[in-house]
Amino acid sequence: MNQSTLINLFWRRFKKNRLAFLGGIIVFLFFAIAVLAPFIAPYGPDGINVKHVLEPPSLSHPFGTDDLGRDILSRVIYGSRISLAVGFVAVGIATLIGIILGALSGYYGGWLDTVIMRFVDIMLAIPTFFLILAVIAMLEPSIWNIMIVIGITSWMGVARLVRAEFLSLKEREFVLAARALGASDFRIIFRHILPNAMSPVLVSAVLGIAGAVLVESALSFLGIGVQPPTASWGNILTIGKDNIEIAWWISVFPGLAIFVTVLAYNLLGEGIRDSIDPRLKI
Amino acid sequence: MFTYLLKRLLEMIPTLIGITLISFFIIQLAPGKPTDVLADLNPKMTPEARERLEKYYGLDKPIHIQYVMWLKRIVKLDFGDSFSTDRRPVWTKIKERLPITILINTLALVLIFIIAIPIGVSSAVRPYSLYDKITTVVVFIGFAIPTFWLALLLMILFGVNLHWLPISGLKSMGYENLSALGKIWDWTQHLILPMTLEAFGGLAGYSRYMRSSMLEVVRQDYITTARAKGLSERKVIYKHALRNALLPVITLLGMSIPGLIGGSVIFENIFSIPGMGQLFFQSVMMRDYPVIMGILTIGAILTLLGNLLADIGYAVADPRIRTR
Repeated sequence: MNQSTLINLFWRRFKKNRLAFLGGIIVFLFFAIAVLAPFIAPYGPDGINVKHVLEPPSLSHPFGTDDLGRDILSRVIYGSRISLAVGFVAVGIATLIGIILGALSGYYGGWLDTVIMRFVDIMLAIPTFFLILAVIAMLEPSIWNIMIVIGITSWMGVARLVRAEFLSLKEREFVLAARALGASDFRIIFRHILPNAMSPVLVSAVLGIAGAVLVESALSFLGIGVQPPTASWGNILTIGKDNIEIAWWISVFPGLAIFVTVLAYNLLGEGIRDSIDPRLKI
Repeated sequence: MFTYLLKRLLEMIPTLIGITLISFFIIQLAPGKPTDVLADLNPKMTPEARERLEKYYGLDKPIHIQYVMWLKRIVKLDFGDSFSTDRRPVWTKIKERLPITILINTLALVLIFIIAIPIGVSSAVRPYSLYDKITTVVVFIGFAIPTFWLALLLMILFGVNLHWLPISGLKSMGYENLSALGKIWDWTQHLILPMTLEAFGGLAGYSRYMRSSMLEVVRQDYITTARAKGLSERKVIYKHALRNALLPVITLLGMSIPGLIGGSVIFENIFSIPGMGQLFFQSVMMRDYPVIMGILTIGAILTLLGNLLADIGYAVADPRIRTR
């Protein structure tokens, strides 16, 4: 089968999966919201207004206002930019590290495999959230550091996946053929084997974005993620927690945004998995 | 069985050394010397005191010697003294925080098990039934809910609106005047929300995993055999199938411990519970390096112990492993 029929097949299966389709649409919508934030947000994200402090949801402020009179809806809209950026960059870093280490481990085997897999075991034994907190404590909490730290602490799953794919693919005939033709190891790894190993990686990347969004919001919630006044869903929730006895709306809406985003990426990821290979469905 | 466990224990040593290397490396990421922070916190510190401290940590020696020095002290559980104003030994500080964190996490694990396993089993017994579909949807939603947000929602509902449960700390005001029974009840009330929420994070994954593992097992020939010889369905499922289906779930148990321990940072922070997670968070905010290092190492040791427990559970459930 050539490439285009494969994509057609994928697309036909994907379209039939209504939930996955819905996930895709929500992800797309959040993209649009993030890009168009300045045009759709009714107020500026930092528009402090002392006359409208802690107002419950109303027509002029659909999600209410926070302790500084800022419009929660506008802050949630701007916050989507942070979640999106952190999700993609962190997962990009994790996927890159995972692919390289997993490919080396699976392709070469031997002591290199032992060393890399031991390293994976060690990383998995340290509570990830502790590790992230410790690194952030050493560096300054900034959005770039958050992305990098989430990336370098979440590549282990990808590495294991890629390694498993390489272990089975490297014995296949097309690899033997490439080697017989004199292709270099580099070429065999990246041009011949890797493209065939990409579908599970893609699925885990989409699901990984959901995970990264959750971690970023948790860090920002604890006050060591994205720093105020920059709006992120997590740090709006911090204000929600501080005012929990008097202003429920600050806690409800940003969390809802996190929930819907994570749900959408999960649906999309599962949908892609089922469409690439229905046998993988559990 | 004994040799099996001994082997597993020995296998942990390189991992443990690797973990200490990583923790050590992280501290080196910090700009300047670790003792700079101490000097910042305590402006009255004399240069002599500072020098003494640098000598204690071996900061004047090359880095690999520093690591070996540190490792030697760690083996004796000597993580040095905290940088915070109380200057108490790190291990003492961790020791008094550890029990409550372990208690909440253990209770959460028990809760996960007694809820997730029946859900997983019952939806696997009737796959694609209405019940199965409903649990699938609920599980999927459970996966996506940020648990700290759920914590806030439950605090609003049960704490602020209904006044059923306390939302902060471990003891109410006037705790000292309560009777013994009253004290236990007060404590339980404070623990309900944190424990439920810790468990919630794992529920979705476990019940899902239990379901697929069970589906796998009921397809096996020995289950058909058990049915064919006329055993009741109850016996087939709970005696023959469940035991086998539990094996991969036990492995998952070991793997979920780092997540649980990590989660305690968030919950102990939200509910102001004086546990290890809260201590870690405070230390991170104050850059109290010795405590950070200590908790990283202890967290990893707890994880490895959890893995060992999972291995033991595995061996108990599966006689084939014991003889290996």
